[in-house]
Amino acid sequence: MNKNGINFKAVGKRVNRLEGKEKVCGTSKYIKDLEFEDMVYVAIATANVAHGILKSINVEEAKASKGVVDVLTYEDVPGKNEMGDVVADYPALLKPGDKIAYVGDYVAFVAAESPELARQAAKKVRIDYKELPPVFDIDEAMRDKIVIHGDTNIKTHYVVKKGEYDPEKMFENCDLVLEGEFFADYQEQAYLEPQGVIAIIDLNNTFTVYGSMQCPYYVQNGVAEVLGIPYSDVRVIQTETGGAFGGKEDVPTYFAVPAALVANKLKRPAKLCLDREEDLQLTSKRHPIKSRYKVGVTDYGRIRALRCEAIGDMGGHGTLSPIVLWRSVVHAAGAYDIKNVSVDVYGVYTNKVPCGAYRGFGSPQVFFGVESMMDQIAQELKIDRLHIRQINALEKGKTTPTGHLLNEDIGAKETITKIRERSDWEQLQKEVDDFNKNHKYVKRGLGVSHIHYGVALGAMGQRLDASGAFVQVFKDGTIGIQIGGTEMGQGAKTTMALIASEILGQDISKIRVYQPDTAFVPDSGPTVASRTTLFSGNAVKLACEQLLIKMKTVAAGHLNVPKENIVVGEKCFYDHDNPDACISFHEVAQMSDTENEGLSATGWFKTPKLHWDVEKGFGEAYVTYSFATNVVLVEVDMLTAHVQVLKVFAGHDVGRAINLDGIYGQVQGGFVQGMGYALYEVLKHDDKGHLLTTNFNTLTIPTIQEMPEFEIEIVEAPFSKGPFGAKGIGEPSLIPAPAAIANAVSHAIGKRITQIPITKDYLLKVISES
Amino acid sequence: MIITFTLNGKDYKMDVDPAMRALDFLRDVMKMKSVKEGCSEGECGACTIILNGNAVCSCLLYAGELDNKDIVTSEGLGTPEKMHPIQEAFVEAGGVQCGFCTPGFVLSSKALLDKIPNPNEEEIKKALEGNLCRCTGYTKIIDSVELAVKKISQLKG
Repeated sequence: MNKNGINFKAVGKRVNRLEGKEKVCGTSKYIKDLEFEDMVYVAIATANVAHGILKSINVEEAKASKGVVDVLTYEDVPGKNEMGDVVADYPALLKPGDKIAYVGDYVAFVAAESPELARQAAKKVRIDYKELPPVFDIDEAMRDKIVIHGDTNIKTHYVVKKGEYDPEKMFENCDLVLEGEFFADYQEQAYLEPQGVIAIIDLNNTFTVYGSMQCPYYVQNGVAEVLGIPYSDVRVIQTETGGAFGGKEDVPTYFAVPAALVANKLKRPAKLCLDREEDLQLTSKRHPIKSRYKVGVTDYGRIRALRCEAIGDMGGHGTLSPIVLWRSVVHAAGAYDIKNVSVDVYGVYTNKVPCGAYRGFGSPQVFFGVESMMDQIAQELKIDRLHIRQINALEKGKTTPTGHLLNEDIGAKETITKIRERSDWEQLQKEVDDFNKNHKYVKRGLGVSHIHYGVALGAMGQRLDASGAFVQVFKDGTIGIQIGGTEMGQGAKTTMALIASEILGQDISKIRVYQPDTAFVPDSGPTVASRTTLFSGNAVKLACEQLLIKMKTVAAGHLNVPKENIVVGEKCFYDHDNPDACISFHEVAQMSDTENEGLSATGWFKTPKLHWDVEKGFGEAYVTYSFATNVVLVEVDMLTAHVQVLKVFAGHDVGRAINLDGIYGQVQGGFVQGMGYALYEVLKHDDKGHLLTTNFNTLTIPTIQEMPEFEIEIVEAPFSKGPFGAKGIGEPSLIPAPAAIANAVSHAIGKRITQIPITKDYLLKVISES
Repeated sequence: MIITFTLNGKDYKMDVDPAMRALDFLRDVMKMKSVKEGCSEGECGACTIILNGNAVCSCLLYAGELDNKDIVTSEGLGTPEKMHPIQEAFVEAGGVQCGFCTPGFVLSSKALLDKIPNPNEEEIKKALEGNLCRCTGYTKIIDSVELAVKKISQLKG
């Protein structure tokens, strides 16, 4: 029985990862491991100029190169020459007269007999262009002196307006008003497996695309549109995916399109697997966001008014920026009960690498801002930093900063209480003070952050927010599950198996969760936004519940008792009133088969319509919210500016912990990724718009040496529509980390950190400023 | 160039292009697909192999350098049906998420435990610092190696 008094058979049990054995033995099939007969290899020729107008393309030299089969240009695009999912500004192949918006824009696709020969030939594609002055700085881009697409660089402007939002009046009744400016820079997803796809003409004489991806349906849509063929003629099967973190949301489409165009023209299987340097240069990043905050509070720390203005750097193409920056606007005022809120978030084009989806999706940058303000206010008012979060935190009956009335219990305050206890907060602060009294050149600091995260796609993405599942019980009693959500390391397969196990009573060793295949499950939306447990999980649960009814009916017929009396255990179905009367799961499966019962079922899950006013930025933003609190202990070497995160206390309200081991893995892994963002992971461009950071020799991601010690508290405040009450954990694991670490470093050095990553150069500068 | 080598306990004599990377030779010629390519410059450790007892990056070696060497890849340790205790430990302790870096971590751990059967945490970190993992945050990888130590010592009785 779990602590809430519910007796679960499988939910919350610690189990081994479903596909773990194959992964540790190296037998799992990642895209690069797949080969097909007569395959050609694809390489992309890019514009290599940051801003200009394409005049002509010369592929003669490339075509004549060794091993080259063909070189494709815009004339080889049979359908719509357009790849953007949200914003239509991304041609698959530039044609003369088109705008070059960043160095990575595609001008030709080379097909050759080996990847190396394709790459060598791609370098020989020549273009003639009219160069235009580029714009790299977001403030300059906002002024619109140089415009990249259309008539303004400001592609998006979203707002949240609640209560009194007139900037002149909203702070009138506040005892203290503080302001701050913050900058959160790029971050690279840095999944270990680079992007890759294979497109083949299959047994049905239609296209099958295999690849490393989060969102097979995006790929299906993209390939069908560019090839100008029916959706029914594109089947997408996800291969084992070596990490994604948002980086494989829309981006795999931009590689599936070239591979499919080549397969279409040459009628040969076409493979496009990027190396790390190509991957880093051609894929979207986390948006750099500059934010300005003004927060008004009472003398005891209750927030009365919050104003935030932020600008996000979208890079050369919009990709998913509007929806990412909408998440910024919803989360920019923090996880608090605030009467008066005014937030404006702008997205602007620059001639740099496009920004898009990355774990947290526009929220870690603004939480860094708002949570820095919270620590500053606490310091100014001399009140406890956990206490100030506690008195402002959300709870049932309160409204979020967008005016969303929370009508169910949530665990926001409990994450704060639990972390206070777990960290022995008062004692920990004393220890840090004592340490700092005794050390001159090494200082320790404590940082706090508290966040919420709207689970799933929310009001602006609700048209995609539904998911399906197809579940079968085979006649030997084993179970096969097909879902639209993808496994990319986060543990989705194991979570689905635990849900099926809970309903059908069978051990997860009897359950197989297949690789997603668009031919079998309807468009289930993307595997993003920490939505898979909620959406695919519910779809699996619904399908299993139907199967259970069918099987109970068969068992009841055999046992000669009413089907209402039948209960399922791990070994058998039995009569509730007479447990000796039983029949095994396997036998019921077999009988169902001979009795032509057809043990398959589909599940389809969607959530009630959210009411959102986009003009006012007010309403029900997301179906539910996960909450988290971090306390972080750091040590700063004041002479070298080396920062080590020593210890993390992480409290998470997940609704219900279904896959407990998976949750721990998410919390630890997400925090360390957020730590990399806070401290090390710098991406630099040169003055021509090329990324200088093109591999792990210059991109420093955390190694095992930087690993902090973890203490984790899981809070379960069940969500009525979640499977067994579950919400989501994938992104809330990362989001609080950068803010808490920046606050801890600020505490250690006694000065305010206002930008991340906190590079050594920057930190030394802050430390040495008088 | 003719080279002789031992791969996962089997002896081979083969004519190879000496300038081919050992990584490509192992993946494409010998079909050892557990050897992964993550960065092609020796930074990420996904292509780790054990070469004469040491964990090394196969992307930094030429096929010609495999001459007279003893090579172990994950295929040589175990199979999903019959895993090596280190592989079992990674599954049971949750040291695997996306799995792309995992064969490399398993081999670095194997090379460590062959030399130091009962390493302390510092020794584990030192041995694994050349392998990058973006998913786990490393805590469960340390747990995996510690569990592997227990499993191996129990087997030895």
